Amino acid sequence: MAAASGARFPSAWMAGVRLRVDPRYAPTLATIALFVGMVVVGSLRFPNFLSAQVFLNLLIDHSFLLVVAVGMTFVIISGGIDLSVGAVVALAMILSAKLLRQGWNPALVVALVLTLGFLYGSAQGLLIQYFDIQPFIATLAGMIFARGLCYVTSLDSIPIRDSLYTAASQTRIGLFFVRTPDYHYYGTVLVPVRDAFVSPAVVIALLVVVIAFVVLHYSRFGRTVYAIGGNESSAVLMGLAVPRTKVLVYAISGLCSATGGILWNVYSLSGFPRAGIGMELDAIAAVVVGGALLTGGYGYVLGSVVGVLILGLVQTFIEFDGTLSSWWTKIFIGGLLLVFILVQRLLSRRTLRLPRSRRVRAAPSPPLVEQAAVEQAAVERPT
Amino acid sequence: MTATLRRFMGHRLAWPLIAVIVLIAADEVARPAFLSIRMQDGHLYGNVVDILRNGAPIALIGLGMTLVIASRGIDLSVGAVVAIAGAISCSYIVSTHHQGTLSAALVGVAIAIAAGLVLGAWNGFLVSTLGIQPIIATLVLMVAGRGVAQLITSGQIITIHNSYYHAIGDGYVLTLPIPVLITMAAFVLAGILTRRTALGTLIEAIGINPVASRLTGIRAGTIVWIVYVVSGLCATVAGLMITSNVSAADANNAGLFIELDAILAVVLGGTSLRGGRYSLVGTIVGAFVLSTLTTTVYNFGIPANENLVFEAPVVIAVVLLQSERRRELLDLWRRRRIRSQVSEVPA
Repeated sequence: MAAASGARFPSAWMAGVRLRVDPRYAPTLATIALFVGMVVVGSLRFPNFLSAQVFLNLLIDHSFLLVVAVGMTFVIISGGIDLSVGAVVALAMILSAKLLRQGWNPALVVALVLTLGFLYGSAQGLLIQYFDIQPFIATLAGMIFARGLCYVTSLDSIPIRDSLYTAASQTRIGLFFVRTPDYHYYGTVLVPVRDAFVSPAVVIALLVVVIAFVVLHYSRFGRTVYAIGGNESSAVLMGLAVPRTKVLVYAISGLCSATGGILWNVYSLSGFPRAGIGMELDAIAAVVVGGALLTGGYGYVLGSVVGVLILGLVQTFIEFDGTLSSWWTKIFIGGLLLVFILVQRLLSRRTLRLPRSRRVRAAPSPPLVEQAAVEQAAVERPT
Repeated sequence: MTATLRRFMGHRLAWPLIAVIVLIAADEVARPAFLSIRMQDGHLYGNVVDILRNGAPIALIGLGMTLVIASRGIDLSVGAVVAIAGAISCSYIVSTHHQGTLSAALVGVAIAIAAGLVLGAWNGFLVSTLGIQPIIATLVLMVAGRGVAQLITSGQIITIHNSYYHAIGDGYVLTLPIPVLITMAAFVLAGILTRRTALGTLIEAIGINPVASRLTGIRAGTIVWIVYVVSGLCATVAGLMITSNVSAADANNAGLFIELDAILAVVLGGTSLRGGRYSLVGTIVGAFVLSTLTTTVYNFGIPANENLVFEAPVVIAVVLLQSERRRELLDLWRRRRIRSQVSEVPA
């Protein structure tokens, strides 16, 4: 969209703007500021809030959402949407739990489930790219189908007793070590601090974040994703591999959802068919709070990570408070979304306006950029 | 005959109608008395009546959704509005001294409708005045709304005993179910208001090009606002139908995913999500494709847990068959065939 590309290359006219922050980073910086602000408020209100483990628990309890939100980031930056993630997470969970119960090799199960997630996402991408079905409808059908497959596979929760999964779920990886005297050797040894650990799932989730970060921000594929979200027609005219990239974006989201499902398997040591209902909303909310625009072309992997942490922090607040009921989480998240949309709206009004309209305040000049965007969209419309 | 057939196949409602006919035919084959309708206690009973009654809430929400989508918007919050409407009316009725009275039911319904109008106006405010993208503006209420509904019911399922309220979802007038009559009346009213006046054309104009429509003097802001208020109103009334049918307000599950069903009904009815031209009749057909599908799955004795697996392929098939892309491919194929036939003719 033209509105997005106006801010993509701000240097030409940024000289006249007082705001020194690159406008591309502004929403994400606002997200980080909000996170810090929430931590300050939390530590002032609740005595035990400011401890390492409270924050590490944010990662532990939301490792699967983190991975799913990373996949969603790719889709949203490309200008699409993926409603199927929650259902694909549940499908991956129930499938791996069932196969493990039937005595399959865990490594094989993980490989199979990840492949299936990738293929499921690709199938949706193919429908979107080659049959011109809108992402909303294609992934909605994908969500219905995946959820249906979950219910067909099993209606009840399936426990996991596989030794690899149990080991992974019980392992605690210490992050900080202290040197303490060791009475056996008359020397000192490194001992992990007791209240600062993460689970292996967190390590995997962070690994996914790092890979996604590199792919999205430092690869040709990543740049193509941004280009498609900015303006698909331009991307095609530039000779970028648009069809392949669009299919791959949904495949990545499917792969991330399957990964999220396996991490949730490890977290809960079970698979249940009703898992992840409404998870697509949480993921979309996290990505938006992280500074992405649902029109595409904007957003950062790290922004989405902070978005997930903020959603987790809201929940932690409510747990610490104790008097607020669980439904306040939804209301707070809705409120946060609203605040973020308004902030983005304000920022985009300020930064996307052409410099002349800042100086000449007399006539209410039409928002040229917006008009250009609409005209562009009108050109793209099939008549 | 073939010309008529070709005209019918060229119509955008051809495939959804074929889907309904095929499904009902399959039902009739599987269970011969499927189509029979009988009179009992002065009411019509039968599977077809059930299909109509179960499709009514989706069709009604689809009505508001059609207008919103025609204006190049989308309303994701209708499911949350359904939950809030049910929660408000039921918690009011429970709080009255004699909860079985007509006045309790009427006031409960009135409060719910007022709330629905406010919620619709809120969406309209975000979209029209603040200029936020519709999908995300309504996402706010979709996420927060269910929390608000739980707040109203304190997380409980509120069960009520009020025969007047129960009639909204389960009553009959002139042998027909009340939800069907309400939905029919709403569609007739909407049809008259949008097709007998310029309103429908104005909505389509906004959907096709908002800026151009504003420059030609259309009050785009006001009309967009109206469209979201109508959607909120439709969702509220559908919420009353759904809660009154079971005489209980379940903030968690009432209207869960109904926004997706409604959007599907609109898309199946041939209205493009890109805005512009819309068809109210198409939405009715779309809604009944969905409810016929559900009934068919039950009729075939397929376990309830498996019906989603059958729903998705039908949806994809109808959307694919309707898509411009398929038409292009088919046209290309036809042209090629004609060309090859032409070239075969000796000169």
